[in-house]
Amino acid sequence: MKIIKNIINLIRKYYKFILITVLIYLLFEIFNGTIPIAPRLLTRYYMQIIMFAMINIIMTVSLNLINGFTGQFSIGHAGFMCIGAYTSAYFTTILFKAANMAYFPQLALFIFSLIMGGLMAAFAGYLIGLPTLKLRGDYLAIVTLAFGEIIRSIVRSSDEIAAFLNQIGLVKFSETIAKLNGPRGLSTIPALSKFWLVYIICIISVIIMRNFIYSTHGRACLSIRENEVAAETMGIDTTRYKIIAFSLSAFFAGVGGGLFAHVLRFIHPENFSFIKSIDYLIYLYAGGMGSITGSILAATGLTILPEFLRVINFQQWRMVIYPLFLVILMLRKPDGIFGNREFSFLVPKKKEVN
Amino acid sequence: MAILELKDLCCYFGGLKAVEKFNTNIEKGELVGLIGPNGAGKTTVFNVITGIYPPTSGEIFCQEENIGGLPSHKITKKGIVRTFQNIRIFPTLTVLENIIIAYHFRTHYSILSGILRDENYHREEEEMSKQAMELLRLFDLHTYYKNPAGSLPYGEQRKLEIARALATKPSILLLDEPAAGMNPYETIKLMELVKKIKEDFQLTIFLIEHHMQFVMGICERIMVMDFGVQIAEGTPQEIQKNPKVIGAYLGVENKDVKNS
Amino acid sequence: MTKKQLSDSMNNNILNYNKLTNWKKYLFISVIILFFLFLYILSFGTQAFFQQLVNGIQLGSIYALIALGYTMIYGIIRLINFAHGDLFMFGAYISCFLGNYLVAHNIGFPFIIVLIFSMVVTALLGMAIEKIAYKPLRFKPRLAALITALGVSLFLENFFALSPENVPFPINKIVFGPKYIPFPALIVDKTYNIAGVAINNIKILDVVITIILMIALQYIVKKTMVGKAMRAVAFNKDACLMMGININNIISITFGIGISLAAAAGTLFALTYGQLQSPYLGIWPGLKAFIAAVLGGIGSIPGAMLGSYVMGVSETFATSINSNFGYGIAFVILIVVLVFRPAGLLGKFTKEKV
Repeated sequence: MKIIKNIINLIRKYYKFILITVLIYLLFEIFNGTIPIAPRLLTRYYMQIIMFAMINIIMTVSLNLINGFTGQFSIGHAGFMCIGAYTSAYFTTILFKAANMAYFPQLALFIFSLIMGGLMAAFAGYLIGLPTLKLRGDYLAIVTLAFGEIIRSIVRSSDEIAAFLNQIGLVKFSETIAKLNGPRGLSTIPALSKFWLVYIICIISVIIMRNFIYSTHGRACLSIRENEVAAETMGIDTTRYKIIAFSLSAFFAGVGGGLFAHVLRFIHPENFSFIKSIDYLIYLYAGGMGSITGSILAATGLTILPEFLRVINFQQWRMVIYPLFLVILMLRKPDGIFGNREFSFLVPKKKEVN
Repeated sequence: MAILELKDLCCYFGGLKAVEKFNTNIEKGELVGLIGPNGAGKTTVFNVITGIYPPTSGEIFCQEENIGGLPSHKITKKGIVRTFQNIRIFPTLTVLENIIIAYHFRTHYSILSGILRDENYHREEEEMSKQAMELLRLFDLHTYYKNPAGSLPYGEQRKLEIARALATKPSILLLDEPAAGMNPYETIKLMELVKKIKEDFQLTIFLIEHHMQFVMGICERIMVMDFGVQIAEGTPQEIQKNPKVIGAYLGVENKDVKNS
Repeated sequence: MTKKQLSDSMNNNILNYNKLTNWKKYLFISVIILFFLFLYILSFGTQAFFQQLVNGIQLGSIYALIALGYTMIYGIIRLINFAHGDLFMFGAYISCFLGNYLVAHNIGFPFIIVLIFSMVVTALLGMAIEKIAYKPLRFKPRLAALITALGVSLFLENFFALSPENVPFPINKIVFGPKYIPFPALIVDKTYNIAGVAINNIKILDVVITIILMIALQYIVKKTMVGKAMRAVAFNKDACLMMGININNIISITFGIGISLAAAAGTLFALTYGQLQSPYLGIWPGLKAFIAAVLGGIGSIPGAMLGSYVMGVSETFATSINSNFGYGIAFVILIVVLVFRPAGLLGKFTKEKV
């Protein structure tokens, strides 16, 4: 009874928000043609682009958690995405054939696999965090970079790992690992990332991360960014909170990776190279460190932008113009376009205290 | 029972003996000063007490409990808090948030509660905001509560740092050069403030200062350090007359030079 | 005791103390390393051992020239110049083009001309980058400069990797293109066989040129006024401003010297391996040289030299056992250094003043 009462209270409190998000979703579906009251402007291809944009939102906001709000310098985010992608694909494609399942079990399995992907990534974040979070910023950057590469090497050597597992007797397990296919890439991943699912997960992820930031635990992370020594002497266990921020961020990166794998349907270690980490860094810095709004807008904008510029053969210029843009941005406005600011609806209302 | 006891405390950095065999007992409710020339090791003593550096040898007791070597955040939870020589407030956070952060280690709601925004969250957040505003009012900073802390004038930033330290509800307050950069008027106001908060919050205060007027004016007892060692201890009157103290600050007469 | 006597005894304390603990530690580490070398000789034979040692020293020389630049730049403005590896690449390409021209026109002593030219031109490019991208950020938070460095690095790589066919004039005259280019044989290749170890005259040249440049560098840093100024600025920028030292010029000169060394490394690298794979060839050597500089103690010139040779020799030995192992050894070294001795072998760990 109490749970239902709580849910009704929640809905009553946030009815405006729920209404707007449902409306936006319906708008997408209208232009997608599912609700035939307007011309179909968004083909399957564009819907996919929008799904990538939403996945990038999750990735960028999670990166913001470490870099922007906790003030660390992690540049291996794609590594967590890789873990999440491969883990969730492992569950839906190798362990269980999700393509052959009925609707609801398939959905349950998918959500389970996403959570597992997130947890694996969070665990990796925890392992990395423990020894390295005492390092100064510049060094931490190199270690996170190295970490991303190490993850990719591990995936690429999945054949060797499988052979090793075979030798020590874990034959069944070894077969499944071998199917990860290492450098050849993992294919036939079922398209479980439905538009509405990605939409909901994106919104929930952003809400969770935003709630975390505007709570006392998030403030602890902010204080680490502001002045770590002072934070320690104010009773905040900075190492613990750095690890929490790292793990939470890695979790959502893993979830994003899982969603990514099931849109692309074919993943390969090259998808998660340093270049991908750089992409997210660019979205993050363009949007503004410490601004969730900025991350959302930048991730969306910079994902959609290349589509408009397809005419001038943008793909080859992308990695020339984006870094240049980043440099110019750093020189003019090091805080990013949005800096510290947020849309007002993201910041919790404080009762005016007199 | 001494509330803070330092026994033969030593802090070496490699071969450099920054603090050498520092001994003291501070009773509850005392206002003790630590003075000495620059580089004497005073801030290092504070750093060791608050866990920023581990002691190389020697012991620190807070209310009979050995706290030597504990990390800073644990020492704060035991009731010892400090301010910094070069102000370390959280510049881009608002003044109110600066204070509220000091309540963090006393809040009980979990990360999950924070995410789900249940009643624990709302209750504790409101409580923290209320207490923080009251504290700000005490320090006359409540009008700034929404401003980023870095935009405050220097004197107000110092007050904010002290207010933030008080928000941790400490038993012992360590002030590192609180009057640095202040003019005589501000210094007098600060002296009054320190005396007032000592009374109102029942604190034991241990402070480092170069400002002699400040130190002699409010400290009941003063310790003097030079080159890492204690060279004197006593009341303000005794210290002012102590030849070793004068020698440390002004130098000793060099008989060779005089005769040449 | 007078104050002078007191401070003298303090200084003596510091020196003696450091000497005392360090020799025990180094003895321990040397014993372990000798043990592994002994194992290697047992498995592969002394001939292979010396062969790999020679190769390792040659590789280490190249890394040394790059690492010196990293360490000098970090020492003077506390910036990890991510673009350093790309300037190494630029030096290699410049020498390739000039080399082709000289060989086609049959001009004598092509190697020396190419070496000097590439060092000068690349140094100018590096100094220009410093003026445009790094100088404005000198007093801003370090993160902004790091991101900018990253951006410059990506920009250089991807800009020069544009295909000349796809870009308009005049850019198509400048870019290198993403495909492999052979390097002209500026020096006739001769292999000597000494006691079963194959030594190539070009590899000898690598080591010799490196040693010459390192001696020249030591001379500049230790014996000239400019060198003194460089060391002073690295130690305390603000004090130098008050001493009337022109910080900007000194920083530019430091950049110039450091980057000219990287360009020399590029020329030697291209000459030794006979080809330039792509404009991305600077990434890996740059990263490994950076790790070498960290190993030796970032900011310390002798440290960079030591670290590079250790890195070069380790990598050669590791690759000879297993190519994956060789790939990973750099990361293993990085993690070991950062976890056990972040200051590096010869580095000074400057603690933040609280």
